[in-house]
Amino acid sequence: MSDRIKKAGRHVSQNEGLIFEQSALGKRGIEFPPLDVPAVDARAALGAAYAREGIERFPEVSEIEVIRHFTRLSTWNHAIDLGMYPLGSCTMKYNPRVNEFVSRLDGIATEHPYQPQELSQGCLKILKMLLDCLVEITGMDAGTLEPAAGAQGELTGLLLIRAYLEDTQGQPRKKVLIPDSAHGTNPASAVIAGYEVENVPSDERGQIDIASLKKIVNGNVAAMMVTNPSTLGVFEQNIATAAELLHAHGALLYMDGANMNALAGVARPGDFGVDVMHLNLHKTFSTPHGGGGPGAGPVMVKKILQPYLPIPVLTEKSGRLALENHRLKSIGRVRAFGGNFGVLVRALAYVLAYGPGIRQATEDAVLNANYIRNNLEDVYDLPYKSPSMHEVVFSDARQKKNGVNTTDIAKRLIDYGFHPYTTSFPLIVPGALMIEPTESESKQECDLFVGAMRAIAEEAATNPELVKTAPHSTRVSRLDEVSAARKPILRWRPCPSGPCLR
Amino acid sequence: MYPSDYRYTKEHEWIKMSGDTGTIGITDYAQHELGDVVYVELPAAGTKITAGQLFGTIESVKAVSEIYAPVSGEVIEANLALSNAPETVNSDPHGAAWLIKIKLAAPAEASKLMDAAAYQTFISDKEKETSA
Repeated sequence: MSDRIKKAGRHVSQNEGLIFEQSALGKRGIEFPPLDVPAVDARAALGAAYAREGIERFPEVSEIEVIRHFTRLSTWNHAIDLGMYPLGSCTMKYNPRVNEFVSRLDGIATEHPYQPQELSQGCLKILKMLLDCLVEITGMDAGTLEPAAGAQGELTGLLLIRAYLEDTQGQPRKKVLIPDSAHGTNPASAVIAGYEVENVPSDERGQIDIASLKKIVNGNVAAMMVTNPSTLGVFEQNIATAAELLHAHGALLYMDGANMNALAGVARPGDFGVDVMHLNLHKTFSTPHGGGGPGAGPVMVKKILQPYLPIPVLTEKSGRLALENHRLKSIGRVRAFGGNFGVLVRALAYVLAYGPGIRQATEDAVLNANYIRNNLEDVYDLPYKSPSMHEVVFSDARQKKNGVNTTDIAKRLIDYGFHPYTTSFPLIVPGALMIEPTESESKQECDLFVGAMRAIAEEAATNPELVKTAPHSTRVSRLDEVSAARKPILRWRPCPSGPCLR
Repeated sequence: MYPSDYRYTKEHEWIKMSGDTGTIGITDYAQHELGDVVYVELPAAGTKITAGQLFGTIESVKAVSEIYAPVSGEVIEANLALSNAPETVNSDPHGAAWLIKIKLAAPAEASKLMDAAAYQTFISDKEKETSA
């Protein structure tokens, strides 16, 4: 192993079978005490068709076997608690422990969504406070906390636009415009909401091309969906002009607020013409993310869209909070209960822990990304030179001359103890390396990352084979992603007699 | 590299004309940019396609990409062999990995597309642009 690799590898190099293979008939994790209440015959109570006698091939293992199995598996993975996770566009920031503490408090963790609202005033207050904070941070007028993730927020936002146009103009219009630097989910959401998608090209600085926009915006356009800052990590300087242009044609401006990490406390979408937007609480507001979710994708709106917000709507009358379901113009329900409540609690804890200091978090995120950009732009190609915000996008153009591409560099980064950055996205940069350190990282950690990336650039020039065959320090080496996608094996089947020999 | 009797689009599709039918596929440049292809979704016979509109998708390990119709017409046949062997798109994009055969709505439409020499110039300009 190279002596430049400063971080320890963490993979326990131990084989681990499937939990099904560890199963043996009759093994139990816990032993229940004898029943001290009258037994209920499930067949009689539910009907024979609904009573289950057992679950076929359900693994039977002891408690310590379960604990060891999943603990071992977890050591094969990377986590923010182990090291930096610079996935651009995903904002994998640290999840502060105080959020976890707060969300586990008795009065919060044990509440039930079906208990009378009179007894849930505390939880409703949490929702109200969070909504008020998000209104303040985004500069919008109102919102909903219901959507369970960013993509559902996008769909909700588009359905609001649809309802508004149908209500005020008699028809929902046909098209949604999406710049080529937008998040990949945007076109999918627009199609699901029943719209056709038309691309708006970016200019050479990575900004929306206003001249092209002028040509395509007309009475058929329902809205434009803009990710701001864009996936290039560049602020859309033309956003206010674009908003005016759309509004002049009776269309609305949707902002994908996934990159709010670059704006919170500094600039407010409500002030630059945005009519509706979503936030990803699991990104900007530090709630757990990626496997550890669930997410939350609140949608914030201007007054004109408020009547259409999904139910239930949080209201306050003479000091009492309530969730109301009667809204004539509402698009209806998008999610059960009050959304992913546990996530919302964590987001409020984050916002309150910072207060107005959330501006500092944003500035640190931008500073970290630019620190990395400045320390790497002499060794990696930087296709768009516009000032970077919370993330920076390089390309593999220089390394490609030696046959090393962005995936190879990302795989080699694993050997240096970092999670790979986002590879090959955004698509407008061929061979993209998209890096987002977030505000969580110290200068020391950023320096380690820069050191690793510079060492890899040097390896790509002097020993490209080492990079192309990485990772070398992990339990398994490079996986055959192609076969896995072309001929996936989706289900494990036990051998008919005895344990399988592999 | 690029067959001289094919016509090409800026979206990297090719079309081979034969009377009032045309065979459509994606170019070698496109398959190289996409990387290993894992899935191809094509329209059924009888589907009407319109020049410049999408008619199918190709999924690679990198991304899902849309395929646009070079000309208008009606699908006569889709290359069903690709569903079991999507890798053919990488190995023989100009031959065995044709995607659809169509009955042309207006055979003259294809003459507006690039010929092999023009397409070659188009992609070498593109490569210069990205390495600049």
